[in-house]
Amino acid sequence: MALEYEESKQKIIEALQKKSKSKSKFYFSDLAKILDAKPREAKKIVTQMVQEGILEFWSSGSTSMYGLKGTGKQAGAEHEDG
Amino acid sequence: MAKHETPLLDQLESGPWPSFVSDMKQEAESRAKNVNNVEFQIPKDVIEDLMGVLELSYKDGTTHWKHGGIVGVFGYGGGVIGRYCDQPESFPGVAHFHTLRVNQPSGHFYSTEYLRQLCDLWEFRGSGLTNMHGSTGDIIFLGTTTPQLEEIFYEMTHKLDQDLGGSGSNLRTPSDCIGQARCEYACYDTQDLCTHLTQEYQDELHRPAFPYKFKFKFDGCPNCCVASIARADMSFIGTWKDDIRIDQDAVKGYVNGEFKPNGGSHSGRDWGPFDIQKEVIDLCPTKCMRYENGKLEINNRECTRCMHCINVMPRALRPGKQTGCSILVGAKAPILDGAQMSSLLLPFVEVNKENDYQEVKDVIESIWDWWMEEGKNRERLGELMKRQGFQKLLEVTGVDPIPQHVSEPRHNPYIFWKEEEVPGGWERDINEFRKHHKR
Repeated sequence: MALEYEESKQKIIEALQKKSKSKSKFYFSDLAKILDAKPREAKKIVTQMVQEGILEFWSSGSTSMYGLKGTGKQAGAEHEDG
Repeated sequence: MAKHETPLLDQLESGPWPSFVSDMKQEAESRAKNVNNVEFQIPKDVIEDLMGVLELSYKDGTTHWKHGGIVGVFGYGGGVIGRYCDQPESFPGVAHFHTLRVNQPSGHFYSTEYLRQLCDLWEFRGSGLTNMHGSTGDIIFLGTTTPQLEEIFYEMTHKLDQDLGGSGSNLRTPSDCIGQARCEYACYDTQDLCTHLTQEYQDELHRPAFPYKFKFKFDGCPNCCVASIARADMSFIGTWKDDIRIDQDAVKGYVNGEFKPNGGSHSGRDWGPFDIQKEVIDLCPTKCMRYENGKLEINNRECTRCMHCINVMPRALRPGKQTGCSILVGAKAPILDGAQMSSLLLPFVEVNKENDYQEVKDVIESIWDWWMEEGKNRERLGELMKRQGFQKLLEVTGVDPIPQHVSEPRHNPYIFWKEEEVPGGWERDINEFRKHHKR
């Protein structure tokens, strides 16, 4: 069954905000687990959240992670929060 | 005078090989002179600062680059790698020094005009330094600032008809050999398959949802010029089903010294007259050839497709006519934990353009479904195969076990019968058994 977008979005935002004190970047599999969905279903939701500017990518070059836009040290420290 | 003293870097120029330090100095000088009056969009002295920070790293024995970043172009989770210097006051030119990966044309075919356009763009909006086809295979643009990223992406996609490559937990930019465009050994059209899958899997290339990186590489024949067997999570290696084609007259020509063996390579010294027994027959790994009474014979059933005989006598021997590819999976070449070669999954797959390579895509997608669900974070396919077993891979891909899947059956059997596959299962009638086997 396809996931309902708005509901899934809220689930991710709540879960990420809850953990935001200790963690600002998450693996894709963490997000899929929050949604309790198959990776391909979860990807559709996550991609749309990136398109809407709710989530942002973080990349080390070899690994990619996701975070709520503007959270974590990086944005401020690198002056990328404008 | 140079902006920063760089004695340790200068020393690197003293070796016998061309040095990247000389290249950097050349570009730094070119930017300083700016004979074409380019309106540089990032600091003019970026390369001096880059050399300065590298010199400092050599002195300190540690890196001065921070790890990763959030920068990218809109909608893409790969292709841009954020790089920031942790000494921005001393080296302001490289405070932001992001890398861009550019999807190289299949087979690395360029026109000079296209290369010039890429270089002009990069000189204008970046450092001017590139890394053409390093270990990743892509065109790498080294060093620009955040505001330039979208500008570069727009120029590339709208004017150069060019996309970014893959980085991060994505499908990486697929790469292939020059294939049938230039090479008579190529058993399938590597460039077409590479381009087709690159287009087909755009979502996987640009939006990361894999546990880690995933690489396709396409070799047209078992010579493996792009080393797919060692470097790709999924290697597509050209092969043939039927017999090696032999031109007996040309074989004689080699034996009589009319043709140079190995296409004339290794000609730096005199190796003496060509000896077919010593240089071909005896070197066949499966000993499936013989040369008697002026005739070359090959027992093709035993041939392991090593390509040695074909490479030595290309005029006389050619791959068969029923061509396709073998699919191997699970290679990786990490710095930690050691390299792993890929394992044979399918000995022969037809590479069929007519149905848009559906057989190939079916295999790819079944593997991805498994790895995306079961793979741990930062676990490559080869590691998952080791952790869950080759048998599991066969199950998820729907491939039946064959002898070629087993390298050492007595030593380490990893394909087991399951109860449902055995007639009668594990249960048996003890009385029936005792009729034939006494206590």
